[in-house]
Formats: sequence, C-alpha cells, structure tokens
Amino acid sequence: MASKLIEKYFRYEHLPQIWCQGCGNGIILRDVVKAIDDLGLDVDKTVIVSGIGCSSRAAGYLNFLTLHTTHGRAVAFATGIKMARPELNVIVLAGDGDLSAIGGNHLIHAARRNINITVIAFNNNIYGMTGGQYSPTTPTGDYGTTAPYGNIDRPFDIALLAKGAGATYVAKGDCFHVVQTTKLIRDGIKHNGFSIIEVADVCPTYYGRKNKKGNAVDMMTYQKENMISAEAALAMSEEERKGKIIVGKICENDYPELTEEYQKIIDRVMVK
Amino acid sequence: MSKKVLMQGNAACVAGAIKAGMRFFAGYPITPSTEIAEMASLKLPTVGGHFIQMEDELASMAAIIGASCVGVKSMTATSGPGFSLKQENIGYACMAEIPCVIVNVQRSGPSTGLPTSPSQGDVMQSRWGTHGDHPMIVLSPSSVTETYYLTIRAFNLAEKYKTPVILLMDEIIGHLREGIEINDEDVQIIERNKLDLNENKKGYEVSGDELVPSKHLQGNMKYNITGLSHGFDGFPTNNNKVAGELHERLMKKIDENKDDIVTYQEYKTDDADTIVVCFGGSARIVATAVDMAREEGYKVGMFRAITIWPSPEEALRKLSERVKRIIVVEHNYGQYLLEVQRIVNNPNCKIDFLGKVDGTVIIPDEVLKVIKEVK
Repeated sequence: MASKLIEKYFRYEHLPQIWCQGCGNGIILRDVVKAIDDLGLDVDKTVIVSGIGCSSRAAGYLNFLTLHTTHGRAVAFATGIKMARPELNVIVLAGDGDLSAIGGNHLIHAARRNINITVIAFNNNIYGMTGGQYSPTTPTGDYGTTAPYGNIDRPFDIALLAKGAGATYVAKGDCFHVVQTTKLIRDGIKHNGFSIIEVADVCPTYYGRKNKKGNAVDMMTYQKENMISAEAALAMSEEERKGKIIVGKICENDYPELTEEYQKIIDRVMVK
Repeated sequence: MSKKVLMQGNAACVAGAIKAGMRFFAGYPITPSTEIAEMASLKLPTVGGHFIQMEDELASMAAIIGASCVGVKSMTATSGPGFSLKQENIGYACMAEIPCVIVNVQRSGPSTGLPTSPSQGDVMQSRWGTHGDHPMIVLSPSSVTETYYLTIRAFNLAEKYKTPVILLMDEIIGHLREGIEINDEDVQIIERNKLDLNENKKGYEVSGDELVPSKHLQGNMKYNITGLSHGFDGFPTNNNKVAGELHERLMKKIDENKDDIVTYQEYKTDDADTIVVCFGGSARIVATAVDMAREEGYKVGMFRAITIWPSPEEALRKLSERVKRIIVVEHNYGQYLLEVQRIVNNPNCKIDFLGKVDGTVIIPDEVLKVIKEVK
C-alpha cells in the first residue's frame, strides 16, 4: 500500500528524505497522503504549503504544486492562495516552533477568520533543524540545548490554542495510531472551514535524547501505552492528563467560511 | 476617450494596479499608505478580485506571494515601519522569482519616526532591505498621473522579469490631489504567458543564456517553490555550482536588462552647467527651482531618476562629463547622494547636497539658494 502512495504522490527522485532515523515526520506525511488519496483530491487543484524546519521539508517530497516558504509564514502564504483562488484545496504542513512561536499570529488569525485551509501540526516538542532548542510546546521541566537547567516556560496546547482562536475543526493524533490519525486528517480536509490536526511527533535525535525518552521504538511505545481518547481527556483533570497522548476530535462546528462570505460581496457589487 | 479627474496619488496607484490586472491585495493599515488598502478593498470585489486585511505586514507580503504563485496578480502597500517588516518575504519573492508589487509610501523615520511627515529615507532599504545579494527594481513617481502609469509599469516589469517590484512613493505624492488625465489607449499590459504545459515539473529551467525562466509559473505546476537555493525543479540543493549559477542569473536578469528597465527624465539640461539630481516628490520642488534660477540667468537643469534602482547610471555619467556641478536634492540625509558619488567619475564636476530630515518639505527657494551658492 505504502509503495503505491509513494508512486502516486511523491517525488520519487528526491527520496529518501533528509530526516533522522526514527523520526516521526515520515509517518505523519504518509497519513496526510493517505487522507488525500482516500478523499480522491484532485492533485492539480491541491497546493501544499510549508514553512521552515524539519517537518516543513515534507512539502518538497510531494508531487503537487508545493510552496516551501519562510519561517512561520506558511499559514499566511496559504491564506493568500486560498483567498485569491478559493477553488483550490490548501494544506499546510508545519512544525510546533514554526506554527506556534514565530508563526503564532498567523495561526490564530487564520483560525479566527475560518478560512478553509487545513493545517497539519507536526508537534515534536523541540526545534529539530537547529539542534534541539526548547519550543513553545516543550513541557515545563524538560530539557533542550537552550534549556540546560530545565525549561521554565509553560507550554502551549496547539489544538486548544487554535480552538480558542475560533478554529472550527480541531483534532489531535499521534504517530502510533495511524488509522485514527489518518481519519482525523481526512475529516479535517473535508471540513468547510479552518481545520487543524495536531499530531504528536517523535524526535528521538533531540527531544528524546535530551530527555532520556529512549530510542524511536521506546517513544512510539510510549504513545501506544499512554494514548487516551479526546472524550476521555475531557473528563480528566489537567494533572491526570499530564504525559497522556490525546487522539481524537477536539471540536467540529459550523461557521460561515471566509472565501464564501467574500464571494457574496463579489456577487453583490461586481460590475457585470 | 480620456477624462480629467481630481485624484489622490494613493488612489491613482490603485486605479493603475487594477488596470494592470491586480486581482488580489493584502495589506495592513499604516499611514500614509492606508488609502491604497481602503481603495483596494472598495474596488477589487467590483472586478471580481479579492482583498484581505492581514494580521500584520509580514503576513500581507506572504499572502501576495501566495496569490501570485497561483496566477493572480498581486500587490501590497505600506510605509516605513511596515516596509521593514516586509523585507523577509521580499527576499523570498526575489529568490523564488515571484512577480508582485510592493508600494512603500515613505514617511519620516527611523522607527515610528515622524508620522506621517514626508521623507525619502527608504532609498537604500528599497535596494538592500532584505538580506543577501538580490536583484531589485524600484520605481519612484513624481505626480499623480505618473503614479497611475508607473504602477502599471511596476506590474509589467514584475511579470516580465518574474521578480518583486517596489513602487517607492513618498507622502508628498501619496497624499497629493491633482487633476489627472488618464488615456489608456497606449497602455500595454503584460500577462503571464499561458504555455501549453501538461506537467510542468521544471519551472526554473533555463537554457543557454536565458535569464528569466520561461516555464516558471506556467501551466500545470508540479514543482517546488522555495527560498532555499534550488535546481530547475525547485528542489533545495546544497550543490555550490547550482547555487552559484542561480544567484548569478538572478542578479544578471536585472543588470543585463537595464536598457529595458531604466527610465529617467531630463529637464532643461541641454545647455546646463549645473544639474540637480532628484526623484519622487522632490522633483516638483526642483523643477520649480530650476525655472526660478533660469529666470535669473543660471544655466541649470534637472535630472530625475524614475527607475531609481537600477539607477540611470549611464545617462547620469554621460551628463556629469560635461557639467561643472551636480546638486543632489532628496528628503533624507544623503542616500541617493551615495549612488551619484559612485556614478560620477569627473574630477571637474563638483557634487553638492541638499537634504532634509526634520519632516518638513524642502521649498524651491532653498534649492535656488544652493544653486546660486557658486563656490
């Protein structure tokens, strides 16, 4: 199955990817492509946009029109694409630092506007490309190359941040539960409005090594053994949720979509 | 039929942009450019285009590049502080060769400066604002009418050379209202060639000494667009040969087409022994001062750069070979002065300077005084 997806959607000549052994990015990218395939999206009408960082290199491996943009700005580029050509499917691939630190402003405003783009947040809790600095999603107390005494920052929950900003489809997935995560991505792409799927990534090279999480298999096993459903998470206290991997839909609701609302203005004022 | 109307410089910019085919505008409010965003928001839906007010200047620049990548002519507008913020993605547009137009209605700086007094302090930033070596085309209008036509030219140059083009206005022209007469009969619009490409996988491919990749942004695009050094298929590479060739081509595509790009105006220069060099709003003041000086018998003329980058180097050097004195007049501390000093190679031609950075406008009498100060 995987090889067929590679044949159909990947720039075969540029494989293998630059990612480290055991990196979760390849698994998440496979889920994205499987979701696209399941939905039968027209590859000629689908644009993949990414920012800067390990996971943002994902776009370049896909055989679509792909935009590998500037650090943090993928959602802003995507907004321009969708606004100018609303008929296109626009999918953003971005890491936790890219999306919630330098690009945080773009994320919350795209969510607020409810523009119909889908964001896949590859959350590995660390800046990987630059060598393991703590990110806005590094848990308090964890280590990074710029947190040698332990991180004193309070982390963001990207999914809840997006929900708070008005995202109309929010879900969380992980690297181990590929069937569930693929379905969540599929539903996100199908959703008419701003959708985001935050996927718990694994970075054995930096986050794992810095925090003694073991190798890639250990980190994947951790996801397997600590997964709870989004429904179960709702009933738990913050303390009980600590260290758990949540998989499932956080919210899904209807709200007028931005480009459709703009079309109504065009229909009203366009000089024919 | 042309019709004479009263129009503001900023409004003329939007009118020109729509004429040129702009169908997407992303911006962020900042004086003295805000009327451009307001006018774009009013006019674009009437022609089936889209306007969006983004969350910041960085996002506005990103959005217009995104729109242009999918075939829609795009523009943003800002002023000094916002222009600084746009530099990141202006560099991306240079590297990825994305046509788009950035309007900077200059105001007094640095930082928040003197909102929103006139200034021309972004001359060097417009050329070298983003990091790394990169090509740049910068146009500067001196009247409301010229703003209309230069905006169209900015779009045309952006399309032709697949590069961002900066329209460097100043508050003097942006907020000026004057009668303009638009005659579109001779206006040429450059559209993107629609090449018949089934699967365009190598958009950045160039052959021989071709400087602009003809397949880029054409047809069914199936390649990567990136700010990293890249090969013909847009995929990132660390290959030094490929990177070197790409960077050289990017610079050459503007440098070797200067004859096509560069424009300037000479006023009463035929018999002049003194030339006042200027651009943008300053030129109106200089032209008046030249007339006043001529009445008093001074042989003085004006040289106005319309394309300030690339600079009208050859024409100015030629002129400097036969005049005794050049006076550079600009509303800054001497930025274009540096370029004029670089260009002029005649030891018998003295270069003087008149600038202002207090937020007020230089008046013709001040220029006249410098003209008459024959040292």
